[in-house]
Amino acid sequence: MTSQVSSPTTPDRPVLGEQRKPAKETRKLDRVVIRFAGDSGDGMQLTGDRFTSETASFGNDLSTLPNFPAEIRAPAGTLPGVSSFQLHFADHDILTPGDAPNVLVAMNPAALKANIGDLPRGAEVIVNTDEFTSRAMGKVGYAASPLEDGSLSAYAVHPVPLTTLTVEALKEFPLTRKEAERSKNMFALGLLSWMYHRPTEGTEDFLRKKFAKKPELAEANVAAFRAGWNFGETTEDFAVSYEVAPAEAAFPAGTYRNISGNLALSYGLVTASRQADLPLFLGSYPITPASDILHELSRHKNFGVRTFQAEDEIAGIGAALGAAFGGSLAVTTTSGPGVALKSETIGLAVSMELPLLVVDIQRGGPSTGLPTKTEQADLLQAMYGRNGEAPVPIVAPCTPGDCFGAALEAARIALTYRTPVLLLSDGYLANGSEPWRVPELDELPDLRVQFATTPNHVAEDGTEEFWPYLREPETLARPWAVPGTPGLEHRIGGIEKQDGTGHISYDPANHDLMVRTRQAKIDGIEVPDVVVDDPDGQARTLVIGWGSTYGPITAAVRRIRGAGGAVAQAHLRHLNPFPRNLGEVLGRYQKVVVPEMNLGQLAHLLRARYLVDARSHTQVTGLPFKAEQLAAAIQEESADV
Amino acid sequence: MSEAPAVEHRTPGLPALSLVPKAEAKQSMKDFKSDQEVRWCPGCGDYAILAAVQGFMPELGLARENIVFVSGIGCSSRFPYYMNTYGMHSIHGRAPAIATGLAASRRDLSVWVVTGDGDALSIGGNHLIHSLRRNVNLKILLFNNRIYGLTKGQYSPTSELGKITKSTPMGSLDAPFNPVSLALGAEASFVARTVDSDRKHLTSVLRAAAAHPGTAFVEIYQNCNIFNDGAFEVLKDRTSAENAVIRLEHGERIRFGADNAKGVVRDRATGDLRVVDVDASNEDEVLVHDAHAATPTTAFALSRLADPDTLHHTPIGVFRSVERPVYDALMSEQLEQAVEQHGKGDLAAMLAGNDTWTVVG
Repeated sequence: MTSQVSSPTTPDRPVLGEQRKPAKETRKLDRVVIRFAGDSGDGMQLTGDRFTSETASFGNDLSTLPNFPAEIRAPAGTLPGVSSFQLHFADHDILTPGDAPNVLVAMNPAALKANIGDLPRGAEVIVNTDEFTSRAMGKVGYAASPLEDGSLSAYAVHPVPLTTLTVEALKEFPLTRKEAERSKNMFALGLLSWMYHRPTEGTEDFLRKKFAKKPELAEANVAAFRAGWNFGETTEDFAVSYEVAPAEAAFPAGTYRNISGNLALSYGLVTASRQADLPLFLGSYPITPASDILHELSRHKNFGVRTFQAEDEIAGIGAALGAAFGGSLAVTTTSGPGVALKSETIGLAVSMELPLLVVDIQRGGPSTGLPTKTEQADLLQAMYGRNGEAPVPIVAPCTPGDCFGAALEAARIALTYRTPVLLLSDGYLANGSEPWRVPELDELPDLRVQFATTPNHVAEDGTEEFWPYLREPETLARPWAVPGTPGLEHRIGGIEKQDGTGHISYDPANHDLMVRTRQAKIDGIEVPDVVVDDPDGQARTLVIGWGSTYGPITAAVRRIRGAGGAVAQAHLRHLNPFPRNLGEVLGRYQKVVVPEMNLGQLAHLLRARYLVDARSHTQVTGLPFKAEQLAAAIQEESADV
Repeated sequence: MSEAPAVEHRTPGLPALSLVPKAEAKQSMKDFKSDQEVRWCPGCGDYAILAAVQGFMPELGLARENIVFVSGIGCSSRFPYYMNTYGMHSIHGRAPAIATGLAASRRDLSVWVVTGDGDALSIGGNHLIHSLRRNVNLKILLFNNRIYGLTKGQYSPTSELGKITKSTPMGSLDAPFNPVSLALGAEASFVARTVDSDRKHLTSVLRAAAAHPGTAFVEIYQNCNIFNDGAFEVLKDRTSAENAVIRLEHGERIRFGADNAKGVVRDRATGDLRVVDVDASNEDEVLVHDAHAATPTTAFALSRLADPDTLHHTPIGVFRSVERPVYDALMSEQLEQAVEQHGKGDLAAMLAGNDTWTVVG
């Protein structure tokens, strides 16, 4: 490959990380997993975000896993209050945030205790010694200091008085001690930026913008950040720094940025509206982890985007459905509990056959469950969670960046077939991020639709009429006639309608016909065939997944192949209808293994539909699969083939 | 297509409908009758309301295709099927939410919600109060018959305490809502009450509601002759009505009864309202109705005059009609403001963001 990654920096901007080459020994690594962990008030998510941006602009491939409690400020120093951010970056393409951190930054005893169990022997641990007071240690059950009792002897521990050093570095600033202490995360970020040769000017720009209204805070944070960098450079405790080269071969040519799933999904919705030439209307009620889509779309009113923060989940989808009737590209965004509340309105949209996107950012359930943790246990709710026969197409993105394309695809189906569509993302995709190739505008699909403008039926007496349920023969879609169109006045609703005319009908044969027709419309949706990755054609086991497990499953499959094993892989983006070739694909393999973050919902659908002996491998920890464990599980399932 | 295309179609005198295109030809009541057979019980008060609405619509002179009726579930909610306009018969209680999305995204439409006491005040109570507080450009017609009709006769949230029904054989236990009080408490900018059988009064209230910019709330007392027959008889019988009904007219003293012998005055001690016999000594103390009062205090006090059991001293007419910012207008202004501030949305710039790097093949 002759590809070359260039930094995004404008030519005249100096790059601190390159300008000031570390004088110490430098080792080259092909990949690193770092985890920042601290109290939920310590700014760990921000620290992780900044390190991610530095890493993205350096040209590494990366994958992130933010992990935080549902409480905004859980009691300080406690285990439930620990917030962490894991980042995996490499000089080659990677698929997951990494199984185990090579480096843990622990801002307090709780962060150490909550995370140390995930570290392999030999991992580096940077601890903020200032926080290891007997009271703080007692709070999480450390009888003796783990920094002194030898319990960390398996790790390379760097004890750093982060708080003291930060306060010392900021003593010239007109800040209280408490204010100065708050910059300790930037000190830690500076230190890690030194360790891994990250470009730093992006972070300095960011801090100056973020604190534009308080320049002294901006400069204090920049000073803390630089002090951390300089500390790494000068202190003897850090003898080595590391280089992870840009992932030159991992990316096809193009312009790249870092993007999270919720951001990509928001952009996908705005783009779909532009490509459909329809105004975007979002009706939504705040819910974790979907609220960021409401926030993001609210920032794009200059695209003609209307965002409506409703009084509840039902009003959110209701307003969206009203806007769909009026000719908008209508969307409602929520998580699993919200889908439950919206079910009746989704059924109404099925009956009225109007386009509507229902975005479910899945989280741990049932009920309130684990609001900030990931799970993919709403598949059967999406598939069946309504009264009556109410089929709804389902699209599921497989990576954070794929949320963009999945939103466009969901819009295509909704608009073409005049149906509500469920888009199933999850907390891991929503908050995780990865490099994303920014699409060229001419690559985007044409989603324009034709509203009905003229009568479509001639009555026996010769008068022209509009029949709202007279369908296009190919798609079975009914005409979309929006208010304001003269001559097409019609009434629709949730009561069963007569085929064609749309009048209320209680006729038994008509109901049977309408139920079957609605099902046939969804079954007939054109979706791409599923692609099987089976390099040498020797595999007897197929691993098949859907949604956000794409990264871990693909990483696991690589491990197996790397160790000489043969396993085929397929991943579903369309869950309803399934790709037409799916039955044939499943039939080619002696074993079908289905890893899912639920208790086997896709496996259930596959078994029922295709009568295959699909084997479930499930995990519902609120966290994504780890590649190594998954590889072992797949090998075990396929051992007797 | 979301914005009203036609400034030249502006309807003068109707600020609420200024963006709605006008009909090209003169309309008649017949134009608003759909081809569907009306299926309410014979004798139902809904027939009178339907006739009044169909008869009133030509007066607005709006393009029929720009009128939408949205309903929930219940007897009254079959209403859209009988109007030859666009219509949606949705799900129980949700009509105000659905209509909000439609009205907020299509300012060129005249959007009407038809609902009942169960639909609007029980299962859909939340959507009702929030649409009132938002002041979306909607006209809400609440047919109040103080009973559940379509489910065959259970008590409703406006039924009098102790109501004997199939679900309450020993009498209902919960105090009723007063819909007018509720709407006033929910920050409604237009609140009125009328009666199904009084075509002239009903039409005058519809006229005022249609002209109101923002959410107009109209409670229509409606007789269910099957499950709650005669619920409003005291307001309809010529003799009893004289002392039971208080007709509110903006700018007029609030007097009623035979020879206008009764009047509403403010009790100086409590500030509350009460009914007195009017004579020369207190004539000047009789309250002058001000529907445009800055605060809803007096309108609320008026709404409390009626006895929930006997319906004596029931005011009808427009309690309150004030102008305040309309949600959908504000929403449109924000879109325009965003374009002024940031320019029209640039898709390529949005997708790229501020932090990109280039990979050269």
